[in-house]
Amino acid sequence: MYNENIMKIFKEAKNAGMLKGASGVGVAGNAKCGDVMKIYILVEGNVIKDAKFKTFGCVAAIASTDVACDLIKGKTIEQALKVTNKDVLNILQDVPAQKVHCSVLAQEAIAEAIKDFKKRQEREAKKNAK
Amino acid sequence: MKRIYLDNAATTYTNADALQAMIPFFTNEHGNAASLHSYGRIAEKAVSEARAKIAAAINAKPQEIYFTSGATESNNWILNGIVRNCPHKRVLVSAIEHQSIMETCAQLEKDGYIVEYIKVGSDGLLSMNDLVARLSKPASLVSVMTANNEVGTIQYINSIASLCEQRGVPFHTDAAQALGSIMMNVKEMKIDALSLSSHKVYGPKGVGALYVRDGFKVDKFMHGGHQERNRRAGTLNVPGIVGFGAAVEITMRDSGVNNGRIKTLREYMISQVQEKIPNVYLNGHKTQRLVNNVNLSFAGAEGEAILIMLDMVGIAASTGSACNSNVLEPSHVLSAMGVEDGLNQSSIRFSLGRNTTREDIDYVVVELVKIIKRLRSISAVKAK
Repeated sequence: MYNENIMKIFKEAKNAGMLKGASGVGVAGNAKCGDVMKIYILVEGNVIKDAKFKTFGCVAAIASTDVACDLIKGKTIEQALKVTNKDVLNILQDVPAQKVHCSVLAQEAIAEAIKDFKKRQEREAKKNAK
Repeated sequence: MKRIYLDNAATTYTNADALQAMIPFFTNEHGNAASLHSYGRIAEKAVSEARAKIAAAINAKPQEIYFTSGATESNNWILNGIVRNCPHKRVLVSAIEHQSIMETCAQLEKDGYIVEYIKVGSDGLLSMNDLVARLSKPASLVSVMTANNEVGTIQYINSIASLCEQRGVPFHTDAAQALGSIMMNVKEMKIDALSLSSHKVYGPKGVGALYVRDGFKVDKFMHGGHQERNRRAGTLNVPGIVGFGAAVEITMRDSGVNNGRIKTLREYMISQVQEKIPNVYLNGHKTQRLVNNVNLSFAGAEGEAILIMLDMVGIAASTGSACNSNVLEPSHVLSAMGVEDGLNQSSIRFSLGRNTTREDIDYVVVELVKIIKRLRSISAVKAK
């Protein structure tokens, strides 16, 4: 069902784990569809210095979030927002049709993490203004 | 690499003696069982013998056994053959039936028939109250599987069939998983129709049977030649039928010894896993279950990921059922039993077989401990 490339990414899952002191956390998916993804980002200035994930899900879901972390590391927030599920699919190669939604969820998780980061920034700015 | 097969509910291997019995019917004795010459007569004799063996296994008469391509065809046949020509236009099935019943029912619904799904409890046992309530109105058929393919729960078929008989509603049961694991007696159990599959009892794939009680009228489903007393068309799969007959005979002969041993291994596996891995839940009935079924939910770890990681170390298991492996929805069986979505997606079915050993189970448990630990460590869902 999965190609060797996806299996390799799944096995290594090198970006798996929690990111202490994360600047933003994004969650996507739900237990009903079988996938819950969490992406943690560490932002310095405007650049994503590090990204990690925690995923409850199938092989494609775990591999998608791992690739998503790679894709946003070193990018600015603006650049990271332009990462799409197509970019994830390009790296995974030949994803079974019923698993394409995993890449969509990974894109969602990135967007949610950045949204969370921006929210925290605003809160911080308000606090400083007081 | 070591390979361990714990997916016997998907299919068993073909018993060596059953395979040997089949071989002549591919080669020297390749006749069509419907032919009048000696080749045909020899094939027909072999089919008759197989029919008698299968009939004996469920206490039916040989003429009540019709060969099909498997339990899926048998299930399609009985539903279409009864429901489409019955004035009631209403059929009752359990909420945990196999896809071959569920999808046939979906088609019947599209065609304007009413299908009602009888509830089950958290252990997978049919709700008798719900059945009784639904039987207060006329129905053309009740179909409840003898034992569930995913969680292994065995129904009280006697009671269900008796209730149907009292209300004058025909009763069918899919016994594909049950044959060999529990004693089936269609006469005592008052079963009108029953589906069987060869490849669940160490026979070849692509052959099965439908038992239809004498005098119970079921319309044709497969149209064509006049095979099977003009009730199921199509050239008989003679080698398959011979293998099926031999496999059933061996299964029944050895069931006492095999079932006792496999059941002990089942209990050993469940206790070992629960002892060594926290937050594991057994799905299905604790005791009223198939001797070879172990269905577990590992909270916080997703089923497919577990399955693939087991496969990497040579262990073959299944999520839900093999028929579900390309489907994203949670198992309809576990949903009907009220298992929450997270635990539903965390379920794995191990189905033991005649060649499963205690060493196999020990190996599986060791690997499972590692796999679940790994998947939980990277999971976004807490194990609880």
